[in-house]
Amino acid sequence: MKIMTTLGFSALLLFAISCGQSNSNDNGGALGGNLADRSYVAPGEHDEFYGFISGGFSGQLAVYGLPSGRLFKVIPVYSVDAEKAYGFNEETKPMLNTSFGEIPWDDSHHPDLSQTNGEIDGRWCFINANNTPRIARISLSTFETEEIIELPNSAGNHSSSFVTENTEYIVAGTRFSVPIPQRDMPIDEYKGNFKGAISFIKVDQESGRFDLSFQLKMPGFDYDLAHPGRGPSHGWMFFSTYNTEESNTLMEVNASQNDKDYIAAINWKKAEELIANGDFETVPSEYAHNVWDESTQMATSTIKKEVKMIDASKYPGLVYFLPTPKSPHGCDVDPTGEYIIGSGKLSASMTAHSFTKMIDAIENEKFDGDAYGIPILNYDDVVAGVVKQAGLGPLHTEFDGRGNGYTTFFISSEVVKWKVGTWEVLDRAPTYYSVGHLMIPGGNSQKPYGKYLVALNKITKDRYLPTGPELAQSAQLYDISGDKMELLLDFPTVGEPHYAAGAPADLIKPNQMKLYQLEENNHPYAVKSEKDTKVTRNGNEVHIYMTTIRSHFAPDNIEGIQVGDEVFWHVTNLEQDYDVPHGISMIGAQTSELLIMPGQTETFKWFPKRVGVWPFYCTDFCSALHQEMQGYIRVSPKGSSVPLKWSLDGE
Amino acid sequence: MRKSQLLMFVGSLLLLSLFVFPLWNITLEAPQYPEAIGMDIYINKFVDKNPNDIKNINIMNHYVGMEDIPEQIPEFEIFPSVVIGMAAIGAIFGFIGKKKLFVAWFTVMIILGSIGMYDFYMWEYEYGHNLKETAAIKFTDEDGEPMSYQPPLIGSKMILNFKAISMPRLGAYLMFVGMSMTLAAFVIEKKEDSKET
Repeated sequence: MKIMTTLGFSALLLFAISCGQSNSNDNGGALGGNLADRSYVAPGEHDEFYGFISGGFSGQLAVYGLPSGRLFKVIPVYSVDAEKAYGFNEETKPMLNTSFGEIPWDDSHHPDLSQTNGEIDGRWCFINANNTPRIARISLSTFETEEIIELPNSAGNHSSSFVTENTEYIVAGTRFSVPIPQRDMPIDEYKGNFKGAISFIKVDQESGRFDLSFQLKMPGFDYDLAHPGRGPSHGWMFFSTYNTEESNTLMEVNASQNDKDYIAAINWKKAEELIANGDFETVPSEYAHNVWDESTQMATSTIKKEVKMIDASKYPGLVYFLPTPKSPHGCDVDPTGEYIIGSGKLSASMTAHSFTKMIDAIENEKFDGDAYGIPILNYDDVVAGVVKQAGLGPLHTEFDGRGNGYTTFFISSEVVKWKVGTWEVLDRAPTYYSVGHLMIPGGNSQKPYGKYLVALNKITKDRYLPTGPELAQSAQLYDISGDKMELLLDFPTVGEPHYAAGAPADLIKPNQMKLYQLEENNHPYAVKSEKDTKVTRNGNEVHIYMTTIRSHFAPDNIEGIQVGDEVFWHVTNLEQDYDVPHGISMIGAQTSELLIMPGQTETFKWFPKRVGVWPFYCTDFCSALHQEMQGYIRVSPKGSSVPLKWSLDGE
Repeated sequence: MRKSQLLMFVGSLLLLSLFVFPLWNITLEAPQYPEAIGMDIYINKFVDKNPNDIKNINIMNHYVGMEDIPEQIPEFEIFPSVVIGMAAIGAIFGFIGKKKLFVAWFTVMIILGSIGMYDFYMWEYEYGHNLKETAAIKFTDEDGEPMSYQPPLIGSKMILNFKAISMPRLGAYLMFVGMSMTLAAFVIEKKEDSKET
């Protein structure tokens, strides 16, 4: 009987303990309350953070609110977007130009936000195109892509786009090494002949404009990911590498043979000195530089012809290799700038290199040989610690600003929290499933906002209502304000999310542009009032200068168009009110609609093919009389004597 | 200069603040306009409360057939001359310092002010009732008469989905203060007179 009582009591005690634990799990965050409350943003309320999540193979950049996970906008960057006429209208077509010609798609991976003094500043977001190497700049005032620069000599622009402490440079490394300059040669002569280019793109602090300042020619490894030094390590850039074996086939095996690959530490201040001293070669290299001009509301594409290149093997003090186990993927620098974390993706551990020890090793020449003339630092002299057996397949690390690191583990499908400096594992949380990157707002800067963590997963499986074989992509939001990470929310994303960036809403909201000032619209085909609207003909080239205002087009009756004409519709939205865009398209136009913001002018091209009277209409529900916002255009046979005529209400 | 003279002098010159500050304001609130739109009325111009407000008011009002808010009205020519004239006369009266002149000026101002308010009312009436025959949207009131869109003279009123608020602004308040000062000047003079007798 006594035994029974004791057992019963123990069972009760266990029950109480387990209850206590589950309670503490539920309420461990700073906010407490139930989980739904903590990601709920009431109707009409705003989220606390912006999340900029890469669109992966959609080529775009998606803007979310956090913690709600609500999608606000998909910013077209590298892929055409018929909804916004991006890549379809005459104004934005040049944005997608490359040295190969116009490309309608890419694979966007790693957004990063501009920084000042190592802190995110809310000016711009940058993102890379992985397939045809490019870097884009997106204004966080207009949320539009303003600039795209192509990177010559690069191939698989993966280790980018990463922003230095004061946005001096966007740094972009190549995943594939290739012949530089490109030439016709046998693939199996890769070793020693292929090279990796790392590009430094200077950013004008006022306009944000890019200039491909210089490239480093590095040994023929694969440059995987990168992060800049910060604070004491400012002026250095760290790149993880794999395939230091320099294999060119069956890479899954042949690039996984070396026990250690390298993290390349690049002293870019030294590179700047070399450039200033003329220690570079000018390499013929074609690349497109596409710039959006807000004043003329048009993009222009310029093909540039050469780039300054520094051969990293030739200049001591420029690059050092830090041996890092097991094909490191993520290369992340903690907020103090002291530790460089290499995540050996084929291992169970992460390696933390010490910047102080690295400098000491360089000064005392603690080298362990060299690779193509670049010193390899002695592993034991640079390692600060190892986060041991934390999980399987570590990929990426972000920081919370409270001395903790958070690393994703792809194979074991979890996020692991660990202590910077002691390297002990503090907590782990499962992800659903197979997490790649993760993001803490500001989590790759000197000032993380360590309240939420977003895990960006590669596989979704059963997490949402199924939609046939192709499923939603998935992100997950964790509250990390307490000791334990707590999963608050799943939300689907656009395309496969790779990296993401986040910022407090207060940093971005005050700078929002509400509309384009009509008087500052310098588009060459803009008209600022209805009385200036017109239609002109030069041979078979016809220009329609049209306006929109609630709720009509001016003109809305046009005659004298002929089959075989090339007709440009230049449509100016005369509205000067917040959130009053107009759209336009017409029957049979083999292009997208236009979606024109207040004060903006956009152009679509139309080739009339059939005689008749054809309608056009406003495609954006603009007003109570939206359905009346329509017009007709008369198409006559080629050579017809019908005069060119346009009118609105007979005038 | 006596205290009353100073009050008369400064009080009448306060009229000139009407050239700097708005006299009146009409604001329109609606759910679709979380920041509200409106216009400030000066003695010589209508001004957007926020950029493009008047343009946007015109766009909305055209659906019910209202005319655009004009850039120029005859009052914008007349009011400034009247204000300058009255300010100058008031200042001169201040120098002269006779209480009868003070009260005369105040009385004339009351009359002119009333005429001004009546004129403003008539303009609002015209603006709210003069609707184009071709209006796209024609609403009727409870009596089946065409709806009027006249903003209130002072205070607020619901007009369809908009709450229209019409209130004096700093220029008007300073004018009232100035007029009160001239009245005070008269009262002080009168007290002085009664002491003397």
